Amino acid sequence: NKRGGRVKLQPMVMPQSEFDHAEKEGALYGKVMVHESVEFLLVQKPVSVAFGRFAVKIKGGDMALSRLTSRSNGISRPLSTAFGRFISTDTTPITIETSLPFTAHLCDPPSRSVESSTQELLDFFRTMALMRRMEIAADSLYKAKLIRGFCHLYDGQEAVAIGMEAVITKKDAIITAYRDHCIFLGRGGSLYEVFAELMGRQDGCSKGKGGSMHFYKKDSSFYGGHGIVGAQVPLGCGIAFAQKYVKEEAVTFAMYGDGAANQGQLFEALNISALWDLPSILVCENNHYGMGTAEWRAAKSPSYYKRGDYVPGLKVDGMDAFAVKQACKFAKEHALKNGPIILEMDTYRYHGHSMSDPGSTYRTRDEISGVRQERDPIERIKKLVLSHDLATEKELKDMEKEIRKEVDDAIAKAKDCSMPEPSELFTNVYVKGFGTKSFGADRKEVKAALP
Amino acid sequence: MASLLGRFCRKLVVPGSAHGSRMTSTTACGSETVKSLNLYSAINQALHIALETDPRSYVFGEDVGFGGVFRCTTGLAERFGKNRVFNTPLCEQGIVGFGIGLAAMGNRAVVEIQFADYIYPAFDQIVNEAAKFRYRSGNQFNCGGLTIRAPYGAVGHGGHYHSQSPEAFFCHVPGIKVVIPRSPREAKGLLLSSIRDPNPVVFFEPKWLYRQAVEEVPEHDYMIPLSQAEVIREGSDITLVGWGAQLTVMEQACLDAEKEGISCELIDLKTLLPWDKETVEASVKKTGRLLISHEAPITGGFGAEISATILERCFLKLEAPVSRVCGLDTPFPLVFEPFYMPTKNKASSSSSLSSPSKNTHFLIHGFSRLL
Repeated sequence: NKRGGRVKLQPMVMPQSEFDHAEKEGALYGKVMVHESVEFLLVQKPVSVAFGRFAVKIKGGDMALSRLTSRSNGISRPLSTAFGRFISTDTTPITIETSLPFTAHLCDPPSRSVESSTQELLDFFRTMALMRRMEIAADSLYKAKLIRGFCHLYDGQEAVAIGMEAVITKKDAIITAYRDHCIFLGRGGSLYEVFAELMGRQDGCSKGKGGSMHFYKKDSSFYGGHGIVGAQVPLGCGIAFAQKYVKEEAVTFAMYGDGAANQGQLFEALNISALWDLPSILVCENNHYGMGTAEWRAAKSPSYYKRGDYVPGLKVDGMDAFAVKQACKFAKEHALKNGPIILEMDTYRYHGHSMSDPGSTYRTRDEISGVRQERDPIERIKKLVLSHDLATEKELKDMEKEIRKEVDDAIAKAKDCSMPEPSELFTNVYVKGFGTKSFGADRKEVKAALP
Repeated sequence: MASLLGRFCRKLVVPGSAHGSRMTSTTACGSETVKSLNLYSAINQALHIALETDPRSYVFGEDVGFGGVFRCTTGLAERFGKNRVFNTPLCEQGIVGFGIGLAAMGNRAVVEIQFADYIYPAFDQIVNEAAKFRYRSGNQFNCGGLTIRAPYGAVGHGGHYHSQSPEAFFCHVPGIKVVIPRSPREAKGLLLSSIRDPNPVVFFEPKWLYRQAVEEVPEHDYMIPLSQAEVIREGSDITLVGWGAQLTVMEQACLDAEKEGISCELIDLKTLLPWDKETVEASVKKTGRLLISHEAPITGGFGAEISATILERCFLKLEAPVSRVCGLDTPFPLVFEPFYMPTKNKASSSSSLSSPSKNTHFLIHGFSRLL
């Protein structure tokens, strides 16, 4: 990257397949594209020699650069040839192969073949497109100053939210940091609630008092929405403890980022979870940049899945919804039996850290557009849908138009909603029934009702 | 507002009052150059000078390498090298602890905590390690070279975790100093003093003023003494005490009160711990009334300490109860920020309440604002 970094983005590589796929031509083109991007990566630049160094750092066990040059781009090659092409029906099962094998630490990685169905594929596409559109709409709303405060957008990382939702129930808890709009949506939140909360209106999910960083949904066990980095992980382990205690057969997904992975409290929580065999799954959404700091600058070991030491871990391609799905399914089974596990989702965010970050001072625009071209989760699903003949290009475009309209309607409705009452400033500081209300200039008029 | 700050700073009155007011020594001599700078540039300059004059000083924190999220550290890494100005991972407790260790070896560690709201993981290190180091080792060791800088205070859209004012927590800890500048010129001098002070200092910078406050700042190396409050504006009816960004609000309230014939004396505390009791005491003995204003919640805020101390010292001279116009006792709100903040209206109606001057109709006027 621009400032001399060695950010190693997971290249899209698939091992040579035995099947001669009908789309080989497309794959070849993909191969050429990859070649070109590799050449670009290998060229030494006067200002940033980062990509030059990219070539040098080849970690054993991870995708090696050498494989890049000899394989083809994996996006357009789903290996579902067992079924060939046919007219889709809703319940038809499909097996999809993930883009990359899983890398495991202290456990056996799950298989790369993921069971899915046509319904699921279309659902994935639809929901991810909805999430994407929602985030982009939030971007424009922020620029129009309708959303104040902070706004951390999730576009690029949708696959993590979607893949996770596909295999868990509403009893399984999710807790995350401030990049929570899409997770909330995945947990069953409505667009209206999202936009109302973002704009600080009273119909928002947190009554307008939380804002972008504090989305919660109690009935779906979504515990938010936290501003302080890393603070949500011990909370997540606590929730897992409660779940184990109540014998609910539920797990908790405590999500955090690569920046938070260096917080001490994380390791404290891990130790406790491992000691008491809590069903907690720590999900590191590694988008390679902690705000503006590349992962290799902040962490001695950017293999976040290994950082648990005695806790098993799995590295997953976070841009592939099916890989995420498989990993979460595996993790849930593991956590219920054996205790904590770490999942590292190798993902990427297109926007900057927040709306005040252009996102281009610490990484090149080429890197961003490169990932967008090669690894975009929605594009991947789209190609899968198209190649399986589940829908035509036009149908997908219509779906996207519909989604756009849905989002616009929700925004319009949210704009009409009113702000919370001024008295709400004092509510919920303590349990209802106790709250000091101060009026007047120097607070001479004070009312407090003790519980 | 920005020019107001500049105005009242240049309006520094030569000591005339008998209470021996400690005026600052920031007069720019005729030959020294001054430059119009905003707060983050002034702090940047101070850091440049600090690193230049002491080869064993270091600046580190999250994202300081490229200049920091508020650009306070621009140019430092380029000029002094990555060995002296470097980024740390995201771990406040680790950063401060590391700084304490560095300072214990005789270096000057200037630590940046990205937002004061994030300082709490480091609270243990500051309170239990930094503040007590000299004391518990019988002066064998100390971490005097430690300075912790953090942007604090409301900024209009910060919400819960980008607007807090935690100065009260730190004022309760003997062993450290808490310093809060009100303007660019003050900030540069106070920061240099803090860095060179042989005690650990927590330096809060009002983030609202980073760009908003512009002032003529001398380019040379100068220090403003710590623990000396400054009387910014002389008056005879009521004393107003504040610090940081709140002073601009209070200045407005003073101007409003002037129109109603109330003459206000405005004091900038600058150093909260240890604070200059003598200046405030002398002023209150003159005026007989005191109003304290800060953004932090009122209960347990530093205004309480000032109020209690002044009561003890000036009880017989007080003509009205000490008044505190502060933030409300709620978490710092998101959309409700305008309600929460101690605005100039709250301050001016409070001051007219507690110092109804010659005309009694102000009393009624003041009361009516209560309703």
